[in-house]
Amino acid sequence: MTAFILRRSLQSVLVLFIMSLIVFAGVNLIGDPVDMLINPEADQAEIDRVIKDLGLDRPVTEQYWFFLVNAFQGDLGKSFVFGEPALKLIVQRMPATFELALFSLSIAVVFGIPLGVYAGLKPESKVSKTIMAGSILGFSMPTFWVGIILIMFFSVNLGWLPSTGRGDVATVFGITSSVFTLDGLSHIFLPAFNLALFKLSSVIRLARAGTREIILQDYIKFARAKGLSERRVINVHLLKNILIPIVTIIGLEFGSLIAFSTVTETVFAWPGMGKLIIEAIYNLDRPIIVAYLMIIVLIFVTLNLIVDITYSLLDPRVRIKGES
Amino acid sequence: MAPILDVRNLQTHFFTKGGVLKAVDGVSFEIGAGEIVGLVGESGSGKSITGFSILGLVDAPGRIVGGEILFKGKDLKTLPVAEMQKMRGSSIAMIFQDPMMTLNPVLRIETQMIEAIQTHDSSVSKDEARQRSRDALGLVGISSPEERMRAYPHQFSGGMRQRVSIAIAMLNRPDLIIADEPTTALDVTIQGQVIHEMQKLCKKTKTALLWITHDLAVVAGISSRICVMYAGRIVEQGPNEALIGSPMHPYTNGLLGSVPSQNRRGEPLQQIEGIVPSLLDLPPGCAFENRCSHAVDACSQSAPDEMVMADQRILRCFNRVGQDQT
Amino acid sequence: MAKETAKAQPQSYPSSGWRKFWADYSESPLAVVALLVFGAILFIAIFAPFVSPTNPYDLATVDIMNSRLAPGSEDFAGNVYLLGTDGAGRDMLSSIFYGLRVSLGVGAFSGLIALIVGAILGLSAAYFGGRYETFVMRVVDIQLSFPSILMALVILAIFGKGVEKTIIALILVQWAYYARAARASALVEKNKEYVEAAKCLALGDRRIILNHITPNCMAPLIVVGTLQTAHAISLEATLSFLGLGLPITEPSLGLLIGNGFEFMYTGDYWISIFPGIALLITIVSINLVGDQLRDMFNPRLQR
Repeated sequence: MTAFILRRSLQSVLVLFIMSLIVFAGVNLIGDPVDMLINPEADQAEIDRVIKDLGLDRPVTEQYWFFLVNAFQGDLGKSFVFGEPALKLIVQRMPATFELALFSLSIAVVFGIPLGVYAGLKPESKVSKTIMAGSILGFSMPTFWVGIILIMFFSVNLGWLPSTGRGDVATVFGITSSVFTLDGLSHIFLPAFNLALFKLSSVIRLARAGTREIILQDYIKFARAKGLSERRVINVHLLKNILIPIVTIIGLEFGSLIAFSTVTETVFAWPGMGKLIIEAIYNLDRPIIVAYLMIIVLIFVTLNLIVDITYSLLDPRVRIKGES
Repeated sequence: MAPILDVRNLQTHFFTKGGVLKAVDGVSFEIGAGEIVGLVGESGSGKSITGFSILGLVDAPGRIVGGEILFKGKDLKTLPVAEMQKMRGSSIAMIFQDPMMTLNPVLRIETQMIEAIQTHDSSVSKDEARQRSRDALGLVGISSPEERMRAYPHQFSGGMRQRVSIAIAMLNRPDLIIADEPTTALDVTIQGQVIHEMQKLCKKTKTALLWITHDLAVVAGISSRICVMYAGRIVEQGPNEALIGSPMHPYTNGLLGSVPSQNRRGEPLQQIEGIVPSLLDLPPGCAFENRCSHAVDACSQSAPDEMVMADQRILRCFNRVGQDQT
Repeated sequence: MAKETAKAQPQSYPSSGWRKFWADYSESPLAVVALLVFGAILFIAIFAPFVSPTNPYDLATVDIMNSRLAPGSEDFAGNVYLLGTDGAGRDMLSSIFYGLRVSLGVGAFSGLIALIVGAILGLSAAYFGGRYETFVMRVVDIQLSFPSILMALVILAIFGKGVEKTIIALILVQWAYYARAARASALVEKNKEYVEAAKCLALGDRRIILNHITPNCMAPLIVVGTLQTAHAISLEATLSFLGLGLPITEPSLGLLIGNGFEFMYTGDYWISIFPGIALLITIVSINLVGDQLRDMFNPRLQR
């Protein structure tokens, strides 16, 4: 087991290195590093000074080394727009994004799995067909458009929920989050639902596909032949088997939730990392772009690692080597 | 003595896109208490579906459309779902063909055994259930059942897994066990062992056994009666020795003839020519007619009904072996 | 006895060929409707200049005095704007038609190139195996573990905005899906006997791949193709909405929606919503078609 973890960790580190190379290459070799890392509004003397500072006149390999060393120490450059360290800005906004992503994930899973399993067990029923039609809709509608519709209905027309910003925060058990206040909840609800819709559809479809496959398996028939109640057959035999692929997907879904939050945060003016990066790309605030990319890669690689480990914990066939 | 299982004219049909598939079309047989009966037929003859029909486990698009399944006098077909669930695994148990797929790969063996006990008697404590499961495993010849129980199915070999299935079937002391090709997926060496052990167990516990198989040789040694199935119907049934010693139906004759040991050395192996007709498109006459060396005109016109013969034998044939009417 | 639940299929259910394809496909009336709708959209997109009431990008016909008219209203010259006008006075219906053209064009074009690139890489990886295959599939795996929107953002961040860059970004994002599907089905085919037979006949590698393996892999690729095209259209719309995709000279539906976003707060909803509905109908119909195709080709669903 530990050998497994070690191996996956090493692979993750390797991926990190490769990504840092790609980011570095993208910034320094494809684009003009002077453009990328130095404020375009600086004058020549300033530019020369910064070039020396950043070591841009050194050979490329040395530059890469500096890049890595700096990255390790948390220095990924200063934002042009804000003048502050890029990394600090991103880390400041992370909690808001994570909060949004987690809330969305919970919605998607808590509602998606039961709906999907139901649709898989009774594929011909009207309810199931509605669920599946709804999931196709949820899957097809681009996130930003759903956000617009939601704002139009609930904020502009009905005035029930606010359409922008994050609400008040409160700290419970050492975790500071806006879900602990009523105002916070009212602010997070629309964007979280928006973000969740896409994932909800894919969780439903996954759960349904898995259910349809598993229910035909011999061991389900055998369980019934033992006289087990249908309830137990589904809640224990089916569910445990279905959770394996779903957990994998959920882990990866969380990563894509973070990525899609760029859109939702822009639509709802939610103060997270996503909004920051979109503005940065627009304003050509390169240090933020670089910092964001590195952080995202780190998050993803870590997520993949966690998912792999969880998967092996859930599936005894992977964990324990069999006889035959 | 009244039979423990009395199947009368069972019909199970599958309603598919391409038409109605008559998998089981008029099957009747009896099993007495503690008796071992063999149900023999090739793939597609409907033998497995017969087994599933008895337990009410036929999947859509299949359905039982006719007949009666009398278990200790009660028609299982008419039982409400909850009552049928109570019968399964306690009064009637089933053993499946492929041990690789019958046990849930993500649950421990002991979980799958304990639940089989507790679902029928919730008053049994977990420890008690565990103890009974241990004993059952010991009964089927699994050494150190204590540790083995905590294992997962994939850690067992095929033969061991099948023994576990047998143990599970025996847990609640059923009156009848339906075994659907229990040894087909096992190595030949293990096959013999498992057959022998099942016979011993059933004798010891006086459990009736319906052994479904495509291999006549397998049940020849242990059953008291054999039913031969073809294209959804039983074409011949009777006591073991009589059926094997002097088969009446040409199909039975062909089956016996194609067993290699029956041949004289150097002679080409006998086989039954032709193939089974599609169950979607059965001919109006006898289903075996196109392959039968004994066929007469009557055979292609209508399907023969069951006729009761001497020595408790039943036959569906217009022109049986040993009574040539050419 | 009980009511027969047999489907009303006559004995003559076709067993192969185009008729069977259509018989299977039309089992879902929804999918048939989707196909018709998509056909209509395709028609509009291709013939936009001919079916559209005005040319919204012909500056001579656009008058700022007509801006922000509600749907169904008339202007001074007596023209009726079925879906209203936008902030610059352009007819929404026409803008949508032209926008469909761009959205579909970009989506389909990038999809096609991605399919060719991905299929070549996937098929060759499966066929030649070894280190080449491991390398290609590793790249595919890593790329697929990142969400497409992220990849697109990264590419646009590095290379900048514009039509070509957006198309390149879309291609780079999609090829991996095709590669994976191509490899998977090629692996299955490779192990089938007819390939061994062809090898025994000493047919060249290229011929085996092109003539024998590829046709059998087309089905899953087509399924991926339809679903990915919908995905590409959605992605491009998102990027354009964020202001990072296509420029204003080639407005896609996404850009139209983005431009109309600000007007929503003042109640002029039509500038954003109608392009959005058009986008939605396009994507949903393609997805429905792709879904039905996928169900048809899935061997595990025991038809």
